Amino acid sequence: MTDATARPVRSSPRPTGTPLRAFGALMLRDTRVLSRELLPFIVRVIMQPLLFLFVFTYLFPRMGGGNGMMMGGGSFATVLLPGLMAVAIMFTGIAAVALPLSTEFGVTREIDDRVMCPLPVYAVALEKICFSALQCIFAALLVLPLAYYIPSTPVLLHVSSWPVFVAVMILASLVSGALGLTIGASVQPRQIGLVFSIVVIPITFLGCVYYPWALLSHVRWLQIVVLANPIVYMSEGLRTALTPGMPHMPVLAVLAGLVGSLAVLGTIGVRNFLRRVIS
Amino acid sequence: MIVEVASLHKTYQTKTGAVAAVAGIDLEVPAGEIFGLLGPNGAGKTTTISICTTRALPTSGSVRIAGVDVVREPARARVHMGVVPQYNTLDRSLTVFENVYFHCRYFGMNGAAARARSEALLQQFHLQERGKALPTQLSGGMQQRVQIARAIAHHPEVLFLDEPSAGLDPQSRIAMWEAVTSLRKEGITVVLTTHYMEEADALCDRVAVVDQGRVLALDTPAALKQQHGVYTVLELKLRDQVSAPALLREIAALSGVARAELTGEGIRVFADQLDGLLPLVVAAARAAGLRDLRVQEPSLETVFLQLTGRELRD
Repeated sequence: MTDATARPVRSSPRPTGTPLRAFGALMLRDTRVLSRELLPFIVRVIMQPLLFLFVFTYLFPRMGGGNGMMMGGGSFATVLLPGLMAVAIMFTGIAAVALPLSTEFGVTREIDDRVMCPLPVYAVALEKICFSALQCIFAALLVLPLAYYIPSTPVLLHVSSWPVFVAVMILASLVSGALGLTIGASVQPRQIGLVFSIVVIPITFLGCVYYPWALLSHVRWLQIVVLANPIVYMSEGLRTALTPGMPHMPVLAVLAGLVGSLAVLGTIGVRNFLRRVIS
Repeated sequence: MIVEVASLHKTYQTKTGAVAAVAGIDLEVPAGEIFGLLGPNGAGKTTTISICTTRALPTSGSVRIAGVDVVREPARARVHMGVVPQYNTLDRSLTVFENVYFHCRYFGMNGAAARARSEALLQQFHLQERGKALPTQLSGGMQQRVQIARAIAHHPEVLFLDEPSAGLDPQSRIAMWEAVTSLRKEGITVVLTTHYMEEADALCDRVAVVDQGRVLALDTPAALKQQHGVYTVLELKLRDQVSAPALLREIAALSGVARAELTGEGIRVFADQLDGLLPLVVAAARAAGLRDLRVQEPSLETVFLQLTGRELRD
């Protein structure tokens, strides 16, 4: 840059801010914030699946012999393992993006300090998705051993294809971050509690978490309606990758569903984020 | 020129129709200057600053910061500017030190450089003992200083301050003024908005008087007072508004009175010299029930009054 106007010479030169370095620094900032809240993060992730597994897969089989919980040749515990991982991924995405974002937008406007970074504003939104995806993967891996060791009935865990498992984990985590971004950028802070009741809980219960999608064939209309629910592809994807002995969706359908959800939620989330930030 | 604003317009669409927040503003700020945008709330100052700092898009017109167009290349323009918005945007999840440190990292410094810069800045702004505190544990004045320290951490050429003294107690305000004037030594250009006359007068090399989205006058505070505010303003409040027009004619005819106008509550007199005038005005106004008289010496306040017929703060 040539500058004809006289300007005092500065001792320290301005750093060369590049979008990539800024992106990395945003990830670093989020890591610092998370590291301070690691224990609450772990407690939040494992509490619900821990108790769920304990009651339904440890206590129930002991109380009633587990007859009512048998399903398509495998145990309920085998159904739950991928399902609870999917729930952990979804909840983590929402907790990591939607909750902080709704405060940063609403009450404090503190998101402005990150919007003023030397990178395109949409990249600030993408960073939120990427960092929350890392947390989602971590959360799912925390739940995995719980779901394997707590049940009193055998869990038929078998990774038939590592590439599929890795692809599903990454895509599902990104979808979850995009869902969190969409909610956080679209909802007023005081409505965030309501969102849990009218969005998060329904998509969990209708997300093929507690039953495989194939068994919904008994209620055909529901089997079709839930295809609009991204959680379905998360649970079915993990089912495909981890418990192939259970009925599950074909790999291609899962990947298409996850990529489609990511495209739709990512677009809406980033668009609403930009709308909230730039007037 | 560090800041170049050319025929800037910003129109907001509301339910009741289009509202022009900025209606054609042109500004040029050279390097090293402390420049003030002075005007009442709703004059378009904040909108102008928001566009300059890439947080709002103009309807038309252009802004260049250090030669970079803020609409075409917002991310690159942000490297050249520091911003302290009207509201507190400190990262509540980070400590005071980390707020500055991560800001340095966002702008490309490595860990060691960012640490050194953050420590130096906390020292400079007398915050070194509060480095480990969270922003919410600081007073308003301290939070403001952290925001300024953070905003200049990446060595920007220009610092934008939007209403920097809003909500500060007088003592913090003076500390903030000192912080701003100290930036001059570092060669940082400052653009600030304010609706406090004293602030514009005390800090700014040049002031643009802004009202209803337009620049009404632009000059040094001294020159503005010379050109527009040479008159001492007498603000008369009357009980009897009916006889006010007759009184207006009587006062306007007195020697020393440049002009006078009705205000709804009474009469405003622009006087070019006050000697002997005051008793005459009081005597004349007694019949109309004079209940209050305020004398305003020439100041930026009277400049604004002259230019718009309204007071800065209602």
